[in-house]
Amino acid sequence: MDFRLTKEEALFQKMCREFALNEVEPLAAEIDEQERYPEETVQKLMKYGLMGIQFPKEVGGSGGNYICYSIAIEEMSRVCATTGGIMSAHGTLGAWPIYAFGTEEQKEKWLRPLIEPHEGAKIGAFGLTEPNAGTDSAAQQTMAVKQEDGSYILNGTKVFITGGGRADTYVIFAMTDKSKGNKGISAFIVDKNDPGFSIGKIEHKMGIRGSQTAELIFEDVHLPADRLLGKENGGFKIAMMTLDGGRIGIASQALGIAQGALDKAIQYMKERVQFGKTLDKFQGLQWMVADMYTKIDAARLLVRRAAFNHDVGLPFTKEAAMAKLYASETAMDVTTKCVQIYGGYGYIREYPMERMMRDAKITEIYEGTSQVQRMVIAGQVLR
Amino acid sequence: MADFNNTNLADFSGVWVFCEQRQGKLQPTVLELISEARKLADDMGTEVCGLLLGGKGVGDAMAKELGAYGADKVLVAEDDLLETYTTDAYAKVICDTVIAKKPEILLIAATNIGRDLGPRCAARLHTGLTADCTHLDVDVEKYAAFLKEASTLPEAQIDALDRADRNLKMTRPAFGGHLMATIICPRFRPQMATVRPGVLKKGEYNEAKANAVQIEKLDIALTADDIETKVLEVVKEAKELVDLTGADVVVSVGRGISKDVETGIKLAEELAAEFGGVVGGSRAAIDSGWLTADHQVGQTGKTVHPKLYVALGISGAIQHKAGMQDSECIVAVNKSDSAPIFDVADYGICGDLFKVVPMMIDAIRAAKASK
Amino acid sequence: MKAIVCVKQVPDTSGKVAVNPDGTLNRASMETITNPDDLNAVEAALQLKDATGCKVVVITMGPAPAEGMLRELLARGADEAVLVSAREFGGSDTFATSQILAAAVKKVGLEDDDIVFCGRQAIDGDTAQVGSQIAEKLGIPQISYAADIKKEGNTVTVKRMLEDGYMTIQCKTPCLLTCIKELNAPRYMSLGGIMDCYSKPVEVYDYNTLKDDPLIDPTTIGLKGSPTNIFKSFTPPQKGKGRMLEGADKNTCAELAAELLKKHII
Repeated sequence: MDFRLTKEEALFQKMCREFALNEVEPLAAEIDEQERYPEETVQKLMKYGLMGIQFPKEVGGSGGNYICYSIAIEEMSRVCATTGGIMSAHGTLGAWPIYAFGTEEQKEKWLRPLIEPHEGAKIGAFGLTEPNAGTDSAAQQTMAVKQEDGSYILNGTKVFITGGGRADTYVIFAMTDKSKGNKGISAFIVDKNDPGFSIGKIEHKMGIRGSQTAELIFEDVHLPADRLLGKENGGFKIAMMTLDGGRIGIASQALGIAQGALDKAIQYMKERVQFGKTLDKFQGLQWMVADMYTKIDAARLLVRRAAFNHDVGLPFTKEAAMAKLYASETAMDVTTKCVQIYGGYGYIREYPMERMMRDAKITEIYEGTSQVQRMVIAGQVLR
Repeated sequence: MADFNNTNLADFSGVWVFCEQRQGKLQPTVLELISEARKLADDMGTEVCGLLLGGKGVGDAMAKELGAYGADKVLVAEDDLLETYTTDAYAKVICDTVIAKKPEILLIAATNIGRDLGPRCAARLHTGLTADCTHLDVDVEKYAAFLKEASTLPEAQIDALDRADRNLKMTRPAFGGHLMATIICPRFRPQMATVRPGVLKKGEYNEAKANAVQIEKLDIALTADDIETKVLEVVKEAKELVDLTGADVVVSVGRGISKDVETGIKLAEELAAEFGGVVGGSRAAIDSGWLTADHQVGQTGKTVHPKLYVALGISGAIQHKAGMQDSECIVAVNKSDSAPIFDVADYGICGDLFKVVPMMIDAIRAAKASK
Repeated sequence: MKAIVCVKQVPDTSGKVAVNPDGTLNRASMETITNPDDLNAVEAALQLKDATGCKVVVITMGPAPAEGMLRELLARGADEAVLVSAREFGGSDTFATSQILAAAVKKVGLEDDDIVFCGRQAIDGDTAQVGSQIAEKLGIPQISYAADIKKEGNTVTVKRMLEDGYMTIQCKTPCLLTCIKELNAPRYMSLGGIMDCYSKPVEVYDYNTLKDDPLIDPTTIGLKGSPTNIFKSFTPPQKGKGRMLEGADKNTCAELAAELLKKHII
């Protein structure tokens, strides 16, 4: 057993850290303030192959593993949760289902342009959630009706789609057999230019305000048979497996937010003087730091273990759910405490802490709320 | 064992200064070096010699001025091939002359040209070169006095210095100014240093010495084949607008200018102009729309560490201090004597900036004139 | 055709600088980085590789841990690395360092079509001397302060910055260029490069490797062969809390001006 990163992983972490400090952090406050998608950062991420880290070189990826992928999201989220979230949604939700369930032709046509390192690469997104089907995904109202020629006509609405309106390629879930509930869901690849596909409302959010979140509207969108991903009526499994992996990304994002907040709070404590001494000399605050540090480290071990299991082919459903549950609750807890350490300065926008606290909240909600994670964990444990 | 021809130290004498000129204009810093060389030569009982390379007529144009600031003699090499600086031509002429005439010390201004030329010559002459010096001494008493003022070395250590030492002690900052080092070159001659422009003091113009300067035209052996680089063009450019983070001097304004914003900014600009610096502002100045966002210094703005930071009417909230407290020297002017900015300032003036800054500008102009 | 880049691992002086009680630098307690200007030199070489497919060889002189820096440069895209490391080389000043590095460049093999790249200066010593001195020892032309580089055939054209403008200078290869940060924006390591960098060659040149070169002589290398010595090293007096000047009138301003003059700020 070895808890250390390999020398390659350690070097990759260093590279990500440099990239985050130089390219990502300077924009973090601005894209939050303006609710602006950090297109220039995303282009650079593409150029360096950071939007396809965990995919093999044969399909266009960078040939890294899930540990590297997790490290990259953690490092970006440490300075900007929006950027980490964009990487996670693109990599595990947009690209991965095509990698895992696509045919060779589909991978060549739809996956390669998403992950191959070059500027101007495409962005992927994932559409499962609907106005009336959040956690209860079986309540899907989006319908894909099969035509005589084997093609499908897609109708319906998806909401809260990360990257919606910016993404080029979408994996969309729809009912192909309403009578079968979860077992009647299928997955489709939809192109942003498909006639009948439009973008509805762009949401104004509490946090991760630079990652565009939108409503997707499908009105008689004609999908040829080769857009079906996996088997007909096999979509629920695709969705669940995709979300399992996605949780590693969100857990890494939450971990990064927590670590970034603590980094800044520690620095602040060493500078801020009250009652004639710096804040780090107050025992009450020292104990807060010790607790936060311990939780973050525990979260990191859970996240790395989930990624490790994914890399070596061990089951990781429960591990990813535990990592996401614990890391996101840690992110919320740590950022709340760090705002407290900053006092009034923590509450104003001059300092990054209030943004980090707003950003942290989403990690307890998206890609399965903390309640869903507990359902998943309990389901696995009490099997 | 390699054979060096510059180890017999007694053969070498005189303090030489490379007199850098560009397009027929003597670089002003050369006069600082000549003045310094004069002091060193007086301590050593030797002569100061200027080494001037350029196109035809360069000697007549500049030798007198060099004499006025302390050169006893100017060695002049005039050739069309020396009109514009090239490493190869200048290094050859300088090295040939040094080998023939054996100076004890050779000083070069640490300009972009001096720092190109100096190392090439030192490598060819097989001697040491100390880069970008800010202080020079031969006399040990003077050096000891300097250390007592500018170092944290224990006095006993300073007093223990060998008073008979006659090496040139070349002091320079290292590690971004966190450390100072005094370097010597005890075994080889000439002792070479490049000297940071603007640090050493220019002496008084002396008309009699200007007239007394000797000019010696050098007979040089230089052909076009000696020069492997070709200068296609020399372009003079006005300095581009410096950004805050790269500026040596930043003058920032804050809420304190609110009673007359226009005048406040104008004063800051005038003060900055005295140093060739730029104007910045606190968050209050930016949020009030007095300056655009690219001027902001502080947590959400830029972090600066200039040589001089002047804070005018800035109280010094923690978010502002975060962006400027590592400046080398901080001057603060504020009406309130309890403003936190004074905690980080090297020099604080409690007063009305609208009254203080014009007097400050006058005082700085007077100080410059006295140099 | 090769691009040979000389790089140095330096303590990161932008962070906290730790000084021992005896006035020397506490290197052990400081982060080390690749000297910033040297990264511009590496980038210039990699751009030449992108354009021509030439080989990029990075050379550093330093203790064994400097290999870590070389791996990072390989991960950025360099093809081969050389670590020049020996007890005999320790304590070298710029003169002695250039003797050793020039010998190392010769060992790598300097061909007619090659360019040697250096950073302008290292942030620990700020001397800007080693580049020019290597060029002298190799007997090749140098162009320092390069802000733009073009290579056509054997001709190199460089925009060389001056304080008040620039020169455009041409020379033939082989030549040595010292690079400034305005030249380019260094690329990051790439994931692919990182995966490959531990299988790329890092050769170690010790004293024995280089000893047959006439430049390598006990009297011209290392502490003993260095023409310059450190006579004293010291820290400037600690910056106090500063002081309030008396009053706010002409005399106050004159006093301030005198202080700034004393500190060479005016």
